[in-house]
Amino acid sequence: MTAALAIEQLLNGLQLGVMLFLMAAGLTLIFGVMGLINLAHGSLYMVGAFACAAVASLTGSFWLGLIASLAAAAAAGAIIEVLVIRRLYSRDHLDQVLATFALILIFSEGTRWVFGSFPLYLNIPSILQGAVSLPGGVQYPAYRLAVIAAGGLIALGLAALITRTRLGIRIRAGENDREMIGALGVDIRTLYTVVFALGAALAGLAGALVGALQSVQVGMGEPVLILAFVVIVIGGIGSIKGAFLAALLVGVVDTMGRFLLPHLLATVLPPSEAGTIGGSASSMLIYIMMAFILAFRPRGLFAA
Amino acid sequence: MKTILSAAALALSLGVSSTAMAAPVKIGMITTLSGGGAGLGVDTRDGFMLAIKRAGNEDVTVVIEDDAQKPEMAVQLADKMIQQENVDILTGIVWSNLLMAVQPGAVAQGKFYVSTNAAPAPLAGKGCSPLYFNAAYQNDNLHEAMGQYANEAHKKMFILAPNYPAGKDSLTGFKRYFKGEVVSEIYTKLGQTDYAAEIAQIRASGADGVFMFLPGGMGIAFMKQFAQSGVETPVMGPGFSFSQDVLPAIGDAALGVKNSGQWSHDLDNEANKTFVDAFKAEYNRLPSIYAMQGYDAAQMILSAAAKADVKDTDAFRAELLKADFQSPRGKFKFNTNQHPIQDIYVREVVKEGDTYTNKIVGTAFTDHGDAYAQDCKM
Amino acid sequence: MISREWTVNAALALALLAAAIAAEAAGQVFYITLATRIAILGLAATGLNLALGLGGLVSFGHAVFFGIGGYAAGILGSHAFSGDPMIFGLEGSNSMPLIWLVAALAAAVAGVVIGVISIRTSGVYFIMITLAFAQMLYYFAISWPAYGGEDGLSIFVRNAFPGMNTMKPLSFFLISFGALMAGIAILAVLRGSRFGSALDVVRQNEVRAAAVGINPFPVKLTAFVLSAMITAVAGALYADLNRFVSPSMMSWHMSGELIVLIILGGTGRLFGPMAGAALFVLIEHNLGELTERWQFFLGLILLVTVLFARGGVLGFLAGKVRHG
Repeated sequence: MTAALAIEQLLNGLQLGVMLFLMAAGLTLIFGVMGLINLAHGSLYMVGAFACAAVASLTGSFWLGLIASLAAAAAAGAIIEVLVIRRLYSRDHLDQVLATFALILIFSEGTRWVFGSFPLYLNIPSILQGAVSLPGGVQYPAYRLAVIAAGGLIALGLAALITRTRLGIRIRAGENDREMIGALGVDIRTLYTVVFALGAALAGLAGALVGALQSVQVGMGEPVLILAFVVIVIGGIGSIKGAFLAALLVGVVDTMGRFLLPHLLATVLPPSEAGTIGGSASSMLIYIMMAFILAFRPRGLFAA
Repeated sequence: MKTILSAAALALSLGVSSTAMAAPVKIGMITTLSGGGAGLGVDTRDGFMLAIKRAGNEDVTVVIEDDAQKPEMAVQLADKMIQQENVDILTGIVWSNLLMAVQPGAVAQGKFYVSTNAAPAPLAGKGCSPLYFNAAYQNDNLHEAMGQYANEAHKKMFILAPNYPAGKDSLTGFKRYFKGEVVSEIYTKLGQTDYAAEIAQIRASGADGVFMFLPGGMGIAFMKQFAQSGVETPVMGPGFSFSQDVLPAIGDAALGVKNSGQWSHDLDNEANKTFVDAFKAEYNRLPSIYAMQGYDAAQMILSAAAKADVKDTDAFRAELLKADFQSPRGKFKFNTNQHPIQDIYVREVVKEGDTYTNKIVGTAFTDHGDAYAQDCKM
Repeated sequence: MISREWTVNAALALALLAAAIAAEAAGQVFYITLATRIAILGLAATGLNLALGLGGLVSFGHAVFFGIGGYAAGILGSHAFSGDPMIFGLEGSNSMPLIWLVAALAAAVAGVVIGVISIRTSGVYFIMITLAFAQMLYYFAISWPAYGGEDGLSIFVRNAFPGMNTMKPLSFFLISFGALMAGIAILAVLRGSRFGSALDVVRQNEVRAAAVGINPFPVKLTAFVLSAMITAVAGALYADLNRFVSPSMMSWHMSGELIVLIILGGTGRLFGPMAGAALFVLIEHNLGELTERWQFFLGLILLVTVLFARGGVLGFLAGKVRHG
């Protein structure tokens, strides 16, 4: 194994982590402020990807598609918040899980209704095509670097939003004491809708960014959703900082596990078996990690 | 979903005269019409129904149901079709794991099963049955063809597939014919959509070719990411990953990729021209390999139904075995295990106008059977 | 005096039994299969109801126990069929009672391991960690080559029950129905016992439980493990019904569906899971005939139930739960 390969894999882990953060940030924000567990977050991710692919193929511009993904996911988020989610804040987690599970069914089948059963085409913008050379002889796709940078900027922006702006003050107040902010004259209903739409927009953006790398299809949100839940649980539900660090941890551990475990096993087993067993072990790795962390810290690493 | 199509109405509207029939035939189609894999089931259904409609045979009815790609659902639907609808023949399942769940029960209850796609090794070997026919291939065939093709220009191959039985069969099939060195053999998580870690290993491996079997969305994701990585190693794979249903979603990244198939829409024969034109006229898109397989399964059933009563199991089976129909893939006959013996081609992904599609560039095997026929004792 | 709820419960149980017998008389075998499915899913959800309804433990990973039961039936049955010994030279078996015992014990072991770690957490953490454990075992089952991996494992001949021909649909229905009634009876006995009272106190207020000298952890763990065992027996029956077992029995969709059954029927009710299973199977069957988009409408029905019809079927038929 060369240093270049190790660096490349580390970057891959970071990139996966950054994408997970965009998903997890919305989830954890919504949980922190409204106490809501939203399984339909993956559907908003899918909405963003489909909106981006549809607009990009109509206009020929990926960037317009990206804007459309933010707008569509935020709009979808706001609509379901007003129609459905609002009624769930006072309910227990069980009802929230079920109602948002129902939303997944509706979103998935509804999307297939509109766009058909075949995957959509969405390509990387021409300016970010191809690979660039990094120091140390590493060749790395430009788009993935851009995603890492964009994710980093969004994390900083989110931190600034929460610590520096009026909205951020209200969000933090909402996390600490829901009755209090009502007493202070903040319109809670609007605040909740805004926070939910913000979380949805982040998910939609993640969907669009990933859609260009992967495949835009119905059901694409579900595997990511479960990973994002692992992230927020490890990070401590409600904590943006925890979500960020846990996302990077999960991204790097998952990538490195997939890469290193078969290699390690190959030293003791024949290559074919090492591949199979290494493959199984690495797909279970992050869940094992999560179980370990929760066994010692039942409320995650950075519980709010 | 349930659709009962009386072909009579269709026959009238088309003005096609119906052939003499021995007896009515009721076909139960279980396929995937919802969920992530729905594209494959939709093509299977459309190809199948095209043949039924063109035949205009009023004694043939088809009941169609959606299995949502769940094995339990497929088993329940099969029970329903056999116990309630009294179908004579089952068909349509896309996925091997669903077929493994349905086939034993169906043949045990004396029903024919004609597979439009799934062809797991156990059912071609020890688990073969006189009532089970496969109109598509044996699962390993297209992988074997790429192994054979890779011998031409490649000495060191990097091979990868998802970590599930079909994935292992795929790489086994490839290695069965590839004579060079396999530098790395990787099994990825089923449903994985980020292949950065694997692509990095391909870059570092020094392989002169990559063979990958990643069906559906996994393949789309892999090809798009591979194209961005700057790795120049040529990629090849079985035709599933470069079929008409996924090519538009991969786009330019698929251009030039070699893949295998027992059929391609540009095959030069009369039956194929008829099929491709009729499919385009009916559905306004190019047929995929799944559509062709559905079409042939229906043709095969129709050819037997025209000569024998489906209730007379032995006679009907004998007619099915003759495979007396014009396949768009050219010559077609059955092996001793009732799986096809056919030619397998090497195809290349090209762009014709605005459409991404496959073009035949060579032949990997002529009259190719499968490795399991010898284990089949009937 | 017999309460309205008990009248409804008895009517529901008799209706299911009558439906199967009527289907047999009319020669409509498929409806017996549907009734059997209702009984088995009802039993699986009854198991979950012990943790979720009585114990307040929202397990989002119960499909794992359902799958363990399924694999117990599949593995023992296939070894009995082929005659090959299993690990340690043990023989397979096609006897249902033995399979159920193995299924329940295997689920108990898994339940203790998962429970010990999960029950230390609460609320959303509990939901998520049970989901994570289920995913872990799901991926393990997919890539475990010995018993078919993702392809699953076929059971060529349905396992046997002493004195009955299980291949006859009605016989197998009666076995499943009996198991469901036994499961519900176990829950009823537990609910009325000292253990049930302790569980109730723990569910409502852990601090108060501690104050009256109940240690919440062992109480919750016991409920969780018993719940896993019942669901595993249902899994073994389900494998025999389909003559097939695969990792999709462990998928998170299955876990979600089990919760859905309880809510559709009405939470906190002994017969809720059975009523929910009946409604779910009928919706699936009838909507599926009407439209290819049935999942969309299933979603809508679920959403409306959660938002507006909190009591589910039993809430509608038998009125609100009386709080004692």
